[in-house]
Amino acid sequence: MCLGIPMKVLNIEGEKAIAEIGGIEKEISIALVDDLKVGDYVIVHAGFAIEKLDEKEALETLELIREIIE
Amino acid sequence: MKYILEFRESSLQEPLIEKIKEISFRKGKFKIMEVCGTHTVSLFRSGLRDLLKDYVEVISGPGCPVCVTPDSFIDKAISLSKKKDFIITTFGDMVRVPGSKSSLEKERANGADVRVVFSPLDSLTIAEENPSKKVCMLGVGFETTSPSLAFTIIQAKRKKLKNFFMLSAPKLIPPALSALLDERIGIHGFILPGHVSAVIGSKAYKILEERSIPGVITGFEPLDLVQGIYMILRQIERNEGKVEIQYKRVVKEEGNEKALKTLNEVFEPVDSEWRGLGMIPKSGLKIKDLYSEFDVERVFPLEIEKSEENPACKCGDVLKGIANPEDCPLFRKVCNPENPVGACMVSSEGTCSAWYKYKI
Repeated sequence: MCLGIPMKVLNIEGEKAIAEIGGIEKEISIALVDDLKVGDYVIVHAGFAIEKLDEKEALETLELIREIIE
Repeated sequence: MKYILEFRESSLQEPLIEKIKEISFRKGKFKIMEVCGTHTVSLFRSGLRDLLKDYVEVISGPGCPVCVTPDSFIDKAISLSKKKDFIITTFGDMVRVPGSKSSLEKERANGADVRVVFSPLDSLTIAEENPSKKVCMLGVGFETTSPSLAFTIIQAKRKKLKNFFMLSAPKLIPPALSALLDERIGIHGFILPGHVSAVIGSKAYKILEERSIPGVITGFEPLDLVQGIYMILRQIERNEGKVEIQYKRVVKEEGNEKALKTLNEVFEPVDSEWRGLGMIPKSGLKIKDLYSEFDVERVFPLEIEKSEENPACKCGDVLKGIANPEDCPLFRKVCNPENPVGACMVSSEGTCSAWYKYKI
């Protein structure tokens, strides 16, 4: 039930936003996340963005895996 | 970066699995537990559970909110659904969970108004569209969900809604881990839940560090899981017992402060009953007095008979990780996803349901 999906923010209006994944658009609440910009990716759970995704950290995780397996 | 395919890259997974095998050859086979239904399903669907079974034993714990919700909660929801002018709104899985005598699905067939919502905010829309009815949301979930439930109550207050209520029973993961460790079932490490931790942060798991039990907050794609398991085994090998974050693209040490603030504005910790684990101190959330007008149990006091669970159902032991579904005499015989006896078979993220679907 804690399933969360990474979606891209397309449009922001107050505490609401339109987010997209695989061509599907959905209205979500962004009341629980600060400083969101159009183009950011968020984890969406039960219609709410619960956190922003951090691209720098994602790339570092992949880099760390490459270091472990070398 | 779309954050999905990048973390399914098999050319990175395979060498990492070799690393897990190497630790297992050096140190033996360890038992680790995941406490998130999404991990349960992801481990099966990716085939990792089978691939790793000779090197590390991964067991499922109380990671599915629907599964750990006791019969007494369902009985209360059923009792509300029978009241005149009530509409019950809920996340989908709860509809089919059997209470001690009935389920919301059966009550709906008998005429009760039970509606499934995607977001808790949908309940407010239903309340606005039905001013002559009383709308009650079943507030179930872990820390991933409870900030959304809290925000829904704040929003109801802002909108001055008089016909919206919540039957509130959100639960907290860290006290459950503590209760599990007290049972001494021999867990060497925890795969910690990624989205619960997005809200509460890694600092919330002090109880693990105090007992020197390794824990790694892990994402949900196959590469995340392989790396998370590797990090736990590496800690075990080095005799460490700390909390690390694998899922760094989402989880911060301090968690999501805005979500936590929202949660703490509306809810406060309370002792709570878990299916299988019994009463755990300060492991649930109740609505604070400031928002008591939305607490259905305070506005409409409920009396229900003492709940009885099916004595043959091993859901409780499965949730504690001391039995697997195949140890249950009902599994696959009378209990299946079409006709579930226990909650672990109802939710698609329940351990019994995942075993039924994916276990070869």
